Amino acid sequence: MANQGIGQAVRRKEDFRFITGQGHYTDDINRPGQLYAVFLRSPHAFAKIRSINTDAARKMPGVVAVYTGKDVAADKVGGLICGWTVKDKQGNPHKAPRHDIIAIDHVRHVGDQVAVVIARSTSEARDACEAIEVDYDVLAPVTDVRSALKPGAPQVHADAPGNLCYDWEFGDKASTDQAFAKAAHVTKIELVNNRLSPNPMEPRSAIGEYDSGTDSTTVYTTSQNPHVIRLILCAFVLGLPEHKVRVIAPDVGGGFGSKIFNYAEETVCVWAARKLKKPVKWTSDRTEAFLTDAHGRDHVTHAELALDKDGKFLGLRVATMANMGAYLSTFASAVPTYLYALLLAGQYTTPAIYAEVKAVFTNTTPVDAYRGAGRPEATYVVERIVEAAARELKMDPAEIRRRNFVPVDAFPYQTPVACVYDSGQYAKALDEAMKMADYANFAKRKAESARKGNLRGIGICAYIEACGIAPSAVVGSLGAGVGLWESAQIRFNATGSVFVYTGSHSHGQGHETTFAQIVSDKLGVPMENIEVVHGDTALVPMGMGTYGSRSLAVGGSAIIRATEKIIDKGKKIAAHLMEASVDDVAYDKGIFSVKGTDKQVPMAQIAFTAYVPHNYPADLEPGLEASAFYDPANFTFPAGVHIAEVEIDSATGVTTIANWVAVDDFGNVINPMIVEGQVHGGIAQGIGQAMLEGVVYDPKSGQLLTASFNDYCMPRADDLPSYKVGMIETPCPHNPLGVKGCGEAGAIAAPAALMNAITDALGTEDINMPATPQNVWRVIQRQNLAAAAE
Amino acid sequence: MTISVTITVNGQQETRDVEPRTLLVQFLREHLQLTGTHVGCDTSQCGACVVHIDGKSVKSCTILAAQAQGAKVITIEGLAQDGKLHPMQEAFREHHALQCGFCTPGMIMSAVDLAQRNPNPSEETVRHELEGNLCRCTGYHNIVKAVMAGAQAMRG
Ligand code: FES
Ligand code: FES
Repeated sequence: MANQGIGQAVRRKEDFRFITGQGHYTDDINRPGQLYAVFLRSPHAFAKIRSINTDAARKMPGVVAVYTGKDVAADKVGGLICGWTVKDKQGNPHKAPRHDIIAIDHVRHVGDQVAVVIARSTSEARDACEAIEVDYDVLAPVTDVRSALKPGAPQVHADAPGNLCYDWEFGDKASTDQAFAKAAHVTKIELVNNRLSPNPMEPRSAIGEYDSGTDSTTVYTTSQNPHVIRLILCAFVLGLPEHKVRVIAPDVGGGFGSKIFNYAEETVCVWAARKLKKPVKWTSDRTEAFLTDAHGRDHVTHAELALDKDGKFLGLRVATMANMGAYLSTFASAVPTYLYALLLAGQYTTPAIYAEVKAVFTNTTPVDAYRGAGRPEATYVVERIVEAAARELKMDPAEIRRRNFVPVDAFPYQTPVACVYDSGQYAKALDEAMKMADYANFAKRKAESARKGNLRGIGICAYIEACGIAPSAVVGSLGAGVGLWESAQIRFNATGSVFVYTGSHSHGQGHETTFAQIVSDKLGVPMENIEVVHGDTALVPMGMGTYGSRSLAVGGSAIIRATEKIIDKGKKIAAHLMEASVDDVAYDKGIFSVKGTDKQVPMAQIAFTAYVPHNYPADLEPGLEASAFYDPANFTFPAGVHIAEVEIDSATGVTTIANWVAVDDFGNVINPMIVEGQVHGGIAQGIGQAMLEGVVYDPKSGQLLTASFNDYCMPRADDLPSYKVGMIETPCPHNPLGVKGCGEAGAIAAPAALMNAITDALGTEDINMPATPQNVWRVIQRQNLAAAAE
Repeated sequence: MTISVTITVNGQQETRDVEPRTLLVQFLREHLQLTGTHVGCDTSQCGACVVHIDGKSVKSCTILAAQAQGAKVITIEGLAQDGKLHPMQEAFREHHALQCGFCTPGMIMSAVDLAQRNPNPSEETVRHELEGNLCRCTGYHNIVKAVMAGAQAMRG
């Protein structure tokens, strides 16, 4: 037992099925009599649909049905929704133009659904798709935010004039203006946060199934939050009774945000299955994933930092244009607003902050939350401009940060952008990271590189994020359409083993282990006797799912509340068995005892007694189970420092990561092995963003040029270094586990750390992500030319 | 039109009538219900589908089932012997080299082949050799550790 509880690197319970090929991902599931759906997708970025002829396709072998948007409309199916309403500067709600699950009169991005073929096999459905004739009136598209905001730009939606979804502001403009008026120095920066494709390795997949005898519908889908999908499908899109719909998200092969959302394809599978009374299955191929999985980031930002003569930050001003893509995805509106501007204080005491965000429609794939969602973009702005300011003022970048950190004795700390930071030790993380990175001897290593003719740079990123999403009342007041609590249920069996039902969903995070550790620790049940159940709305009573590093802080807290209820009931049973008063019963690690005596009863006996209540308190219900909901009091604020060191071959522009140090404060750590794994994965995605990845659209045709792994550069093993990961633990003061969340930190910290290192090496801020060898080489050539001209 | 294909999969001879365009990965997943072999892309880039054909790692999405006629194929389901995990499987669990598990079968099959060819691989060799296997979750750090440890365990 001692090595299985909280704080131990317990090996994962879920691994056996995965390493032996026995996982059950959605595409591994086949239902009797199932049919296969294949979508015909728009080859154009923007076009009016004049007509669609499906006659030939209907006659193809194996074809059961061909549906277009008109068939869907005839059944009065609602459009896909955005679940968070952002209000603009005037207080008007954002523009959320209708998003049909199959396009009716216009297609608005390459890959938009135009028709669906349902056939007895995927290959027959695919063949029939090719026989559908669509007459398009091709329109000129617009793919980037700057062009989309220009007068006369193509209008993606008639009901979103100027392609503006909203023009939003946050913070105190007047006090920020005053701060700039008295500044000794102002640093300005232009930043592009490149568009990314999330690319979980498992492509999306869904099966809709209808049982007409009971009028019930089952949906298997690759989701991070099956209950949320059930709610959206029932209440908004298909109008089904929620108690007649079961959503199962079985093993899910990664999500990173992209599997939060309600998508057209799963919705079509459900609709068609009900129509045909046969299971309908769809599995995305990788090209479809690039075309239709919600993308991430895509910001263009101008930022200004006001400083006094000593390098103290006085004010920050940020203007961002955020690309929403062709339609507003499920939580898209919240990402560049409440998940972004509220983090612009960073780890610093900047007293005045003002942000303006224009969200813009374009003829591109919808953009929504991707690992970090808004917080990486905020961190990128803050940490790039802080580094740039240090360089302009010829200050040590570590020192300028230290001068501005929120000090340890200032918590709880109210920022000027609404957050109340609950705890943190920012300077300690920086000191620790500098030690691990041997920051003091960097100059020597740089000289060494210079002798070889190479450039060397070092970059710091001191990030903060708001996780543990989220206090329902707070997000409700900001426009969220749902509550963001989590639920848990713990059920003992008569033999002493335990089911733990959680509304969180694990798609790589290892909840089956971490959550079992918590229960093992609190209830004294061996790990092997605990089964964590998730991902099925029929088994787990309620849930809100996994995103925003919330599972442990919110879902884990709900589990703790349920263990407390179990212990309370157990005390009553124990008191009866030991003939003592409940007040005299003590509980510790699975043992109930009578204070001051040697009488004791173990948890297993309590469970047995609860189900075989032959000798039992008269006024107590049998059974040993408890449910709990947890709604967090505040966000949690994980923070830390990453330091990247790079060496650049000045002849080729190839950047090698020479060292990577991460020191993170996630509060208490339940399983350090799993937490480190989360950090590694996050850093890899952050490095991917900074050096390799980027979605590219052809600006003229609107074609997606990076629609396969041939064209979109995913980080591979030989692109990446090993990482040095350190941790400090400042417990979160407002949740029972003292945890803060660790899932997104790496992806938030890494881009700024790496770009600060690369710009340090190059001696210019003027390079955008991804800093590919070609981009880096160009900067070096430009500098060589300029030097030669002098 | 269908053709008859016979392949020995995990020691079992299997004959199926399939469409000529059936890929080996489809043969395994759809005809034999061996769903441990995954499909992560359509351009032979990701390596989620790696199996062994006559002892060598091959991306099963790149060859037709008919091309494997008469061959001996081992999939992730056939790696453990007599209920005992292969040392590479053990190493992946011990070193937390998987998160969502989707890349894992292909990763392990590639790693076994790598270790057979390089019994004592350096970190650099492992990183280079794993170029054909994408993982979006782990950042590769622990995979590299696991492959080195697994190779060592295979040496015995
Ligand atoms: S499925 Fe990606 S390489 Fe075979
Ligand atoms: S473990 Fe998820 S892709 Fe590798």
